[in-house]
This record gives sequence, C-alpha cells and structure tokens, in this order.
Amino acid sequence: MSGGQPLRIILAKVGLDGHDRGIKVVARALRDAGFEVIYIGLRQTPEMVVEAALQEDARLIGVSLHSGAHMTLLPAVMDELRRKGAEDIVVFGGGIIPAADIAELKSDGVAELFTPGTPLTDIIAWVRENVEAVPT
Amino acid sequence: MKDHQDRGETRADGLLASTMSGEPIKDLYTAADIQEFDPDMPGEYPYTRGIHRSGYRGRLWTMRQFAGFGSAEQTNARYKYLLANGQDGLSVAFDMPTLMGQDSDNPTSRGEIGHCGVAVDSLADMETLFEGIPLDQVTTSMTINSPAAILLAMYLVVAEKQGVSWDRVGGTLQNDILKEFIAQKEFIFPPEPSMRLVVDTIEFCAREVPRWNTVSVSGYHIREAGATAVQELAFTLADGFAYVDAAIARGMDVDEFAPRLSFFFDAHIDFFEEIAKFRAARRIWARHMRERYGARDERSWKLRFHTQTAGVSLTAQQPELNIARTAVEAMAAVLGGTQSLHTNAMDEVLALPTDRSARIALRTQQMIATETGAANTVDPLGGSYFMESLTRQMEDGAEAYFRQIEEIGGVIPAIEEGFFQQEIADASFRYQAELEQKKRVVVGVNDYTGGNDEDQLEILRISNEVEAAQVERVRRLRASRDAAAASKALEQLRRAARSAEANLMPSLIECARAYCTEGEMMGAMVDAFGLYTEKAII
Repeated sequence: MSGGQPLRIILAKVGLDGHDRGIKVVARALRDAGFEVIYIGLRQTPEMVVEAALQEDARLIGVSLHSGAHMTLLPAVMDELRRKGAEDIVVFGGGIIPAADIAELKSDGVAELFTPGTPLTDIIAWVRENVEAVPT
Repeated sequence: MKDHQDRGETRADGLLASTMSGEPIKDLYTAADIQEFDPDMPGEYPYTRGIHRSGYRGRLWTMRQFAGFGSAEQTNARYKYLLANGQDGLSVAFDMPTLMGQDSDNPTSRGEIGHCGVAVDSLADMETLFEGIPLDQVTTSMTINSPAAILLAMYLVVAEKQGVSWDRVGGTLQNDILKEFIAQKEFIFPPEPSMRLVVDTIEFCAREVPRWNTVSVSGYHIREAGATAVQELAFTLADGFAYVDAAIARGMDVDEFAPRLSFFFDAHIDFFEEIAKFRAARRIWARHMRERYGARDERSWKLRFHTQTAGVSLTAQQPELNIARTAVEAMAAVLGGTQSLHTNAMDEVLALPTDRSARIALRTQQMIATETGAANTVDPLGGSYFMESLTRQMEDGAEAYFRQIEEIGGVIPAIEEGFFQQEIADASFRYQAELEQKKRVVVGVNDYTGGNDEDQLEILRISNEVEAAQVERVRRLRASRDAAAASKALEQLRRAARSAEANLMPSLIECARAYCTEGEMMGAMVDAFGLYTEKAII
C-alpha cells in the first residue's frame, strides 16, 4: 500500500432511494480486505459526496443507487469533482445500471460500474489493481 | 433424531444443506418429528392452515400487480391495460420524490422523477391517475409510508369528487413506518411522531373509511434488505404488535382496528421455508391477538397477507430464468395461503417492466390458478412431517426474537439501538459470503453461466421529458390554485401538528382539497416533528 497508509474510500448512497444492502456488503468486504472505508450513508447529494472525499483525503469514491437516477447523479458527481479540481479522485459505482448507460458514464470519467451479481472479490481486486497500484 | 444430518452439513455436491436462511433441516422427517403436532382446521383458530375453510375454491387470491412509472397519464393507461387483461385490483408504485414527501421541483428530485414509480405532487395528479376508474369498483393498494396519510387524503378526495362515499372505498395503505427505520429507509420524521401519524390514519379510517386496510405491516422490505425468513417473520410481527400497542394506547379497543391491519410478505426461492413462514405467521398472530391482547372478534385473529415474489432473487444474468424463479416463488405463496399476490417481471432486475414482461408475470399467476390444480385443495401440505416441523421451527425462532426485542425495551428502542439493522446486515453479509464460497448457487451468477453473454432484453426507458413536464405541472398548479385557500389549509395543518391532541387526517384532507402539494404538507409537519437521521451500520 502506498506510503504505508491504508487506501481511504468514501462510500455513499446518492439520490433518494434507501436500498443500502449492496453498499453495506461492499463496505464490509472492502474493510475486511484492509482498506479504510468511510460509509457516509443515505441521501447524499453529489456536492456532499465530493466534500466528504476532500475532507477525508480519500483516493476513491464509491456510490450506489437503485432508483434509476444514475444518468443524472453520477455525471453530477463528476462535474462537482471537476469544479473542485479533484479529478484525481477515482469514482466507481454500483446498482441497477443498464449496459448502454455504463458506456456513457465511463466516457464521462466514471472508472467502473458494478452491476448485480458481481462477486465481492472482483470489486476488491479492481480496487487493488486500478487504484492502490497507482502512486498518488 | 441425531442420526440425520443437521446444521452446517453439506451435501455431496458441496452445497449447504440448510435452508437459504441457514435454518438447519434434516434429510428425512418422520412421525417422530411432529409428536406434539396439534392439527387445526382451515378457517379455525389459530389458522395455521389458512383463514378460509374453503381455501381458494371459494375465492381465488387477488392478482395485484404493482405498477407505476412516469406521469400520472402514463400510469393511468397501464392500469387500464392491466384491468382489461384480467387483473383485479390496482397497486400504485410512486416515484422516489413522492415516497420521500417532496415535490417534483425540489432540487433533490432531479433525475428521480417518474423513474421507479409515478410522480404525484398534488390532488391534480391523483385525479389524473384514477381518471375513468370508478373507486367503488376497484380496490387500490398504495405503497407509501412517511407521507402515507397525505396520499390517503388525496385518494379520499378523488373518491369524493367521483361521488363515491368513503364507506364504499376499499384498499390498502402500506403506512408501515417501522420497517422504514428497520430496512427500507424511507423515513422522514423521528419514530414517535411517525407513529402518531400511523395511529391517526388507523383511528380516522375506523370511523370514516371502514373498508380501508390501514397498515400493511411489511416483511417484504426487511427480507429484501437481507434478513432471513425467521427475521422477516419476527421483525414484521413485532412491528404489527407495536401498532396494536400504539392504537390501544390512543384509547381504541383492539377489535375496533385490528381487523383492518394486514400484512405483506416476501416469497423467496427456498420453497418449503417460505410456506412454513406463512403458516407460522398466521398462527403467531392469532395466538398473540387472542391471548395477549384479548381480542374477541375473530377477524382480529386472522392474519391476511399480500405476497410479492422476491425481487432480490432475480438475476440480471440470463433474465429469462427469472420467469421460472418467480413461478416457484408464486407457488409457495399460493400453497402458503396468500390473499393477494404480485409476481415480478423478469426484467425488473434491469429496469421497470415492459408491457410484455408485465403480462408474462401476470400470466404466471393465472397459470398457477387455472392449470396446476394448486387452488383446488386448501393447505395441501398440512400434516406433512417436514412442513409441520418447519412451521414450528419458524414459530420458535420468531418467539426467541420477540423475547430479545422485549429485553431491549420494544421495537422503537431496538431501532434506535440499531438492533434490527445489525441483524439484517450480518445475515446479508453471511449469505453473500456463502455465495462467494460457492456453498450456495444462484444459477447464472456463480454457476451455470453459459449464455450470460447473450443479447440483453429490451427494457423500458423513462424519457427526461416526463421530468420537465412534471416540474412544469406542479409549478403551474401552485400559480393557478386559490392561494388563500391553500395557505389557510396549510396553516391549519401546522397548528394541528403542533397540538398533541389533534388527529391530522381532517387537516390533511382539507389541504388535499385546496390542492396543497405533498411537499408543502410534509413541510408543515416537519416544522412540528423535525427530521430523523440514522447512524449507518455496516
């Protein structure tokens, strides 16, 4: 791990839905895998998520939503990061997101999207390979 | 029977031999397993075998598909389509802003309007939603919780405008705020004022809307959030008892309101466990209502329930398999004696269902009702060594949880302490770990994945025009209504909310009549009640 510090990850539910089963399972799995996970909870706006990531000096933001608002709220997170000059923070997401939307979100800068049925080991491996290995 | 296999044992193929909830089960049940078995008859206390003597021969379950998306006009058209295809009752899905009590033009509603249900901001939308549907000829279930009293008020005003008197209006309000704190998380006010609003609707309907089911005490969301079958059973019934306690504390007699409490359970994929859960639920409710609460009216003893097949069991991989899963789950609900049923569409794991997938889901129920013979014999598994034993096991598990909840001080203290939330988080993590270790299989997800790369289904997309039009609609409404009447009604609501004595339903109905928006009514109540935030537990 870079600099001996565990990699810090902000996890959040953005939007209005309260389906937090998935993000809690992911939070626990990432924590058990040795990352420092801060789950900031439900109904976070894009602004609140980016603010939390800056405050906590997080390298990664993971957001979950199941309400169908991903094409509005994920781009809003990316816009807010650009506005704050914090494009180095890596954003990933999870939820019920159709394939066509995934391509569009990735072209907007979202690094990865995990859909239902993804093994936790894949998510952990992705964080290790794509973020932890890259020096800040 | 020590010679048979027990908890934690694995089968020859390496899979766990327990139920999907982790309940230990044996490989063989015999007469020795039901020595204390006390056979009861369908239609008789404690109703293990069903609340009707004639089962489904007398009357089939109600096929009630949950639907709602986009604008009120679009959803109204879907309702007419479903009714024309043989559906019996309506079930309204609201969008997230409506569920969270906020108007479409609230900034945090962006991106959410019409996506997972229909947008309703005011009486005007409710009138459109039920246009051409006489409210004395259908029953309507409304899935709404924190703002439930507001949507009920709007519905009653629509009936009034159709010339249908309230004593002829039938339907169900979900109105189960406790499970919001426990699992679904669509809370707004703190628990105490939230409970006050629930009791207000119970009290008001007992007097004015006698055919209305005031609370649909819901295990569905608890289960979907990751609970086991026993947890779903125990937490749901504990919530039900908490509503009974609260209404009695208001001064009502138990038989005045208990017959109008109904339940809503999940039908998951572990077939026998689910049937046992439904049977146990009826028995536990009957016993507690009669013995603990002293209810004398038999209707207070009878647990009536709606079932939805498990959304969480559906897979995005090879989604056509979901038709088979849903059929198995629906069969469990029928063998468990459900009063009404929603079958999920195969594409609900991807988006809201298309007309085609919604029709296939409804047809699945119609097949069970007409082709399979399942409706011909009441409680066909009654007396089975395995079924009776598993029913008892479910019941014992639930009673153990009731004792734990009581030790904590009741449902609300247990919510505040995070007890339910932790139990559910632990269960859901344990299940996920078992999947990852391949101790359990979900076809298409962690085994039998051939075919996963086939083309995806066509899915329903909600256009952004719905959002812009709905925002415009609510703004136009605020500008065009009688402003003095609206602000007078809101002021009255604000005053009533601050007084501990008032029942808020009459004030909410006045607000609905004056075309106050949902967000305005919630705002008036937030002023008095405040907002709740939870401590997230992982």
